[in-house]
Amino acid sequence: MTLTADTGAGIALSRLSKSFGTVPAVRGVDLAIAPGEIVALLGPNGAGKTTTIEMLLGLTRPDHGTVSIFGKTPAAAVRAGWVGAMLQTGSPLDHLRVRELITLTASYYPHPLPVDEVLQMTGVADFAGQWTTKLSGGQAQRVRFAAALVGDPDLLLLDEPTASIDVEGRRAFWHAMRAVTNQGKTVLFATHYLEEADDYADRIVLLAQGQLVADGPATEIKAQAVSRTIRATLAGVDVPALGSMPGVRSAERHGDAVVLSCADADAALRALLQRYPDARDIEVRGGSLEEAFMELTAADESESRNDNLGAMEVTR
Amino acid sequence: MTHFRYEILRTLRNPAFSGITLGLPLVLFYAVASGQRDGTFDGTAFPLYFMTAMAAYGAMYAAVGPGARIVRDRSSGWLRQLRTTPLRAWTDVTAKVASAYLLAVPALVLLFLAGATLGVRLGATRWLEMAGLLLIGLAPFVVMGFILGYLVRSDAAVPAVGGLVVLFALFGGVFGFQLASSGPLFQVIKDVPSYWLVQAGKTALSGSGWPAQAWIVIAVWTALLIPVAAAAFRRSAARV
Repeated sequence: MTLTADTGAGIALSRLSKSFGTVPAVRGVDLAIAPGEIVALLGPNGAGKTTTIEMLLGLTRPDHGTVSIFGKTPAAAVRAGWVGAMLQTGSPLDHLRVRELITLTASYYPHPLPVDEVLQMTGVADFAGQWTTKLSGGQAQRVRFAAALVGDPDLLLLDEPTASIDVEGRRAFWHAMRAVTNQGKTVLFATHYLEEADDYADRIVLLAQGQLVADGPATEIKAQAVSRTIRATLAGVDVPALGSMPGVRSAERHGDAVVLSCADADAALRALLQRYPDARDIEVRGGSLEEAFMELTAADESESRNDNLGAMEVTR
Repeated sequence: MTHFRYEILRTLRNPAFSGITLGLPLVLFYAVASGQRDGTFDGTAFPLYFMTAMAAYGAMYAAVGPGARIVRDRSSGWLRQLRTTPLRAWTDVTAKVASAYLLAVPALVLLFLAGATLGVRLGATRWLEMAGLLLIGLAPFVVMGFILGYLVRSDAAVPAVGGLVVLFALFGGVFGFQLASSGPLFQVIKDVPSYWLVQAGKTALSGSGWPAQAWIVIAVWTALLIPVAAAAFRRSAARV
C-alpha cells in the first residue's frame, strides 16, 4: 500500500481504556501518529505500553475508545498486511530454520519483501541456516524483527524490541532499524530505555499509570518537566527562605552547600545573587531526560512514586 | 500453501511424532503378529486384524498430531504472533486438518506393506477401501486433537494426547484383545469410533462396507465434537 493523504490520519487512538479485572492498564489515551513518524512509547513497567500495543494489534479488545490504523480497525489492518509486529513474548516456531521461518512469515503477506533482502538488512543472513530454537537472545530478537519486517508493512509495532539483549546487540538492532525506517514506515516502539527513546524516535510519548503524561520531541519533553538545579556554597541561610525565592521549586541543604531545584532557573539565580551576594561556587545544571522521565511518570500519583522509580531502568 | 507445507515439514522433523506415528505401530505389529501368522481373531486372520489395528493406532496419533502442535504454538507465543499477520485462523485450521490426513497416509501405507510381508493379501480395491474407511474414521480424532490443542496446558500435552489415543485404542480393540465381544459393554464399544477404525480391515475383506451404525457413530461423534472444538478455539483466542 502506498500512503496517501486520504488513507486516514495515520494511527489514531481515541479515549482508549482497558482494565484487567479491577486493575486499570490503560486509562483514556488519546494519540495521533502521522504516517512516517517514529514514535517511542516510553514508560516504566506497568505503565500500559504492552496493553496499548496489543490493542493496536487487535489482540486485546479495548473496554472503551477506538483505534484506527490508516482508517481501518486493527483487525482489518492486520488482515490487509499493513502491520508488522514484534511482540515481547514468544519464541520462534520450532522445527524450522531461520530462513524457513522468514519465508513462512512472508507467505502470509500480500506483497512481501524478498526474503534474502530482509535477511541481509536485519543482519540475520549469517545464521539463516540455524534452527530457530538454537539462537542467542540477540539473534532471536533480530529474527523476530525480520519476521515483523518481511511483509513490508506500513506500520511497525515493536514491543520492547531490545529487552533482554546486551548493549552490543541493542546497537546492532537499532542500526538495522535505522536502515529500514529510512523507507518511510510508521513505527511505534515501546521501551523503558530512555536512551533509545531519545536516540531513535522523532517523538516520545510518555505513559505512566496507563495515562499519557507527556507527548512531544525529546527536547520538548525535557523542557516540560525539567527542573534545572542551582548549587551554591552558602552558609547560614534557612532552607525555607531559599525555597520561597522566585523560580525555586524546592531547596535542600548539605552542610554549607545548598541545592535549589528550579522551575525557572534564571529568576532563581537573579534572586539568589541579589539576596545573598556572598553565595559562592555557583553552578547551574540542566536536567537530564532521565530526570524529566522520573518527574513526569511519578508526578501524577505520588503514592506509587516509589514503585515507579524502582521499576525503571536507567541507562545513562 | 506455504503454511501447509511447513506444517508438514515441522511434523516430520519432530522425531517423537515420526517415531510414535510410524515406528511404534510397525514394531508392535511385527512383534505380535509375526508369531501368529496363521492365527485367527475376531472372525478373521490375525495378521489382517492386527495390521488394521496398528494402522488405526498410528493414524490416530497422526490425527491428534495438530493438537499437540497447537499446544506448543500456544505456549511458545507463536499463535499470538500469527494473529498479528494476515493469515486467517481458518487457513491455519484447514492446513492442520490437511496435514493430519496427509501424515496419516504414510502410517497406513507402512502398515499395509508390513501386513503384506506377513501374508495379508487383498485386491487393490480392497486396500483402497480399507484406507478410505480408516481415513474417514479419523475425523472425530482430528477434531479431538483440536480440542486438546486449545484447552490443554503445555505441560499436560504429552500425557493428554498419549492418554487419549491409548484409551480409544483400548476401547477399539487395537491391542489385539477386546474388552468385550457381547453384552452391554460391547454395545457401548460399538458406539466408539476407534472400534470401527479397527473393523475397517474386516469390513474391507468382506467387501460389504461399513454397516450403517459405523457411519452414524463416526458422523455423530464428529458432529458433536466440532462445536466443542469451536468453543475451545474461541476460549483460547480470547486469551491470546
